[in-house]
Amino acid sequence: MSHPINRGFDRRQFLKNASLTLAGTALPITMVELAFAKSSDSFNFAYISDSHIQQIKGNSFVRNWDRGLLRAVAETNLLAPRPDFIIFGGDLAQMGSKPELDHGAELLSKLNGKVYHVMGEHDYYLDLGEYWSKLFGKQYYSFDHKGVHFVVLNSILTYDDWTFNRWPTAQQRMAEMAGLDNPNGSPFMVGDKQRDWLKKDLAKVKKDTPVIVFSHSPLQKIYKGWNFWTEDAEAVQALLAPFDKVTVFYGHVHQIQYNQIGNIAFTSAMATAWPWPYPQAYAQAQQLLPKLTVQMNRADPFFERDATGWQCIDIATGRASVNFNLYNNATRTVAYDAQAGHPKDVGYQLDEKRIPPQIHY
Amino acid sequence: MAPPIHTMLAAACIGFAAPAAVHAQPLGLPPLHIPADNPQTPDKIKLGDKLFNDKRFSSTGLISCATCHDPNKAFTDSPLVTSKGIKDLTGTRNAPTVVNAAYFSLFFWDGRSPTIEDQAQHPIINPVEMGLSNHDPVLQIVRIDPEYVNAFRTVFKTEPAQVTMKEVQKAIASFERTIISGDSPFDRWYFGKDKTAINAQAQRGFDVFLNKGRCVSCHVIENDQALFTDNRFHNIGVGINRIQNEVQDFAPKFLQAKGSGVDVDKAVLSNPKASELGRFAVTDSLDELGSFKTSTLRNVSVTAPFMHDGSLKTLRDVVEHYNNGGITNKTDKVNDFLSGGIRPLNLTEEEMSDLVAFLETLTSPQFAAQRAAMGTAPACNVKTPASLVAAAAARTVEHSPIKTAGQP
Repeated sequence: MSHPINRGFDRRQFLKNASLTLAGTALPITMVELAFAKSSDSFNFAYISDSHIQQIKGNSFVRNWDRGLLRAVAETNLLAPRPDFIIFGGDLAQMGSKPELDHGAELLSKLNGKVYHVMGEHDYYLDLGEYWSKLFGKQYYSFDHKGVHFVVLNSILTYDDWTFNRWPTAQQRMAEMAGLDNPNGSPFMVGDKQRDWLKKDLAKVKKDTPVIVFSHSPLQKIYKGWNFWTEDAEAVQALLAPFDKVTVFYGHVHQIQYNQIGNIAFTSAMATAWPWPYPQAYAQAQQLLPKLTVQMNRADPFFERDATGWQCIDIATGRASVNFNLYNNATRTVAYDAQAGHPKDVGYQLDEKRIPPQIHY
Repeated sequence: MAPPIHTMLAAACIGFAAPAAVHAQPLGLPPLHIPADNPQTPDKIKLGDKLFNDKRFSSTGLISCATCHDPNKAFTDSPLVTSKGIKDLTGTRNAPTVVNAAYFSLFFWDGRSPTIEDQAQHPIINPVEMGLSNHDPVLQIVRIDPEYVNAFRTVFKTEPAQVTMKEVQKAIASFERTIISGDSPFDRWYFGKDKTAINAQAQRGFDVFLNKGRCVSCHVIENDQALFTDNRFHNIGVGINRIQNEVQDFAPKFLQAKGSGVDVDKAVLSNPKASELGRFAVTDSLDELGSFKTSTLRNVSVTAPFMHDGSLKTLRDVVEHYNNGGITNKTDKVNDFLSGGIRPLNLTEEEMSDLVAFLETLTSPQFAAQRAAMGTAPACNVKTPASLVAAAAARTVEHSPIKTAGQP
């Protein structure tokens, strides 16, 4: 079997078997890996991202974004066996303010388990990460877990001139970086200082150790207009190139993406707040659609959670299987396919198997 | 008084007796899909009707399908909150009407049954419904009772010893497929273009239904027909709100019990906590925690109380619940798993009254007399005091005969 997930098995039978062997309680998503891989080299964690908690005024926050995070937290808490830890992938806040970060932290505090945080641009550009760091600690760091080396990067930095010299107020700086298709924006980057740190950090790691990197922006260049982009992506990729198994997870794009560049497998995370459409550039042909300069509404505007979700990730022998828990949609799994040498959407590779667009009154 | 629906049943039979004549489609309903392996015939429908009303198919000899789906109560057991089976045992769920049920794509409140044929077998062996331990007593009766022997011979060309539950269920399904009704004042107004069929208030209510109330997104209306359901499942904050603090502990436990062989049909009807898990109990899908099937709205004026647990007494209570964004009382906690479509609506008092007036226009002529007998129209537009709602909710939990999943 090329990957640890096989959706074709008989679930009822599987649950029966599983409940015989396990003393603990069981939800199917995370139990799969236990049945198909050695428990010694497999584990799972949950991955929640892009909640964009937004203050309206005083104690009033945008209900919709609150509900997205509340739901992801409540569902994560139902996973059994418990995930080893939880990653929050950045953009906890919308405009980086203290009330937003505090409120977001309060909602996240309901999570059972250790949470690792990734910095998003919406958390950063008001006070350059000062309050975020008070709440959550270091902006870039690494840790080891069950034979895997994890790295968390702050990939949403940019040119110093833009950050320090361009804007009359911190609020304006934040607002400019939050915009899409904004000519006043600036491309994200990891930066020299962090790359130096990464080089030193990775020097201690054996080349056959699986490496998993979390960044907020994709460590690849996808679409500059929306900052689906990291300016020094190639330089970061070069540092990761010597390792046998590398996986990069990123948020920011609010949609499912997966890719393989050399030895590096990339998979994105869904947002709990709202979905972004796929940029027109993906079509690689002229589409003549009106240019999108405002936030997209729901894929199905009635269901405010539609096209949002969160991930549960199974790691087996250093490779990842990402289970996307999607509201109003079938669960999807993007798993590394060893034979193909890249991640694959397990259920929807073939055209005829793809999910048709929703039709609604 | 003869059940009013039988007029229509007779009409349907005449239609079948003369195949050349297309029997009239009730206004507002789409053509009903009849499965190829279970065609409608007058004899089969008659047999289904007899089976539907046969109390011998219960352990006490006192309960038939019609006990909880009473033709005189629009095929419900209104005003019961949750249904009463053998020995007055109460289940966890409100009896949904059979009227137009044939149009659903999945059956029971949580969709745990895939066809109307499949559905019919389950209540017979549910311990809080008809209470038999298996289907054998049913087969014994239909294989010996001369009327049944003859009927099964005629309908299925089957000798008594060969009759199985498959034929029994097919006949019941065929009968249920005749219990459809449209032709409501709304249908005459909207599809029939009769401008006077519903009054100005109901017309304003229809506008609320389509726009500010957001009702139509799930209670679907098409260009030429309206079933008022999307055949999907949603967490609208009913039932699940009562067990919010226990979900984290209970949901995984339930799945484990299910994995070790607990019967979902029995568990959800006898264990109130399991019941409130909704479609999650069937599919294990986190996205469907606390979700239940979108009911049709046809004939809601005669099928109170409402929701899967019968916890809302009047149509006004239902509208208020939605207006509050999925909580019955404004101070309740919104459940974490609430469907994305549910949010506070900010309807005015007048808009809520208009909406209820619109819902009253969905009553088919067969049930107009029943509606009239229930008294003045405002009954549906009366808010139940919060104290009574809380008391009813508490009762539902207390009455549970079962403490944990898997111990029916």
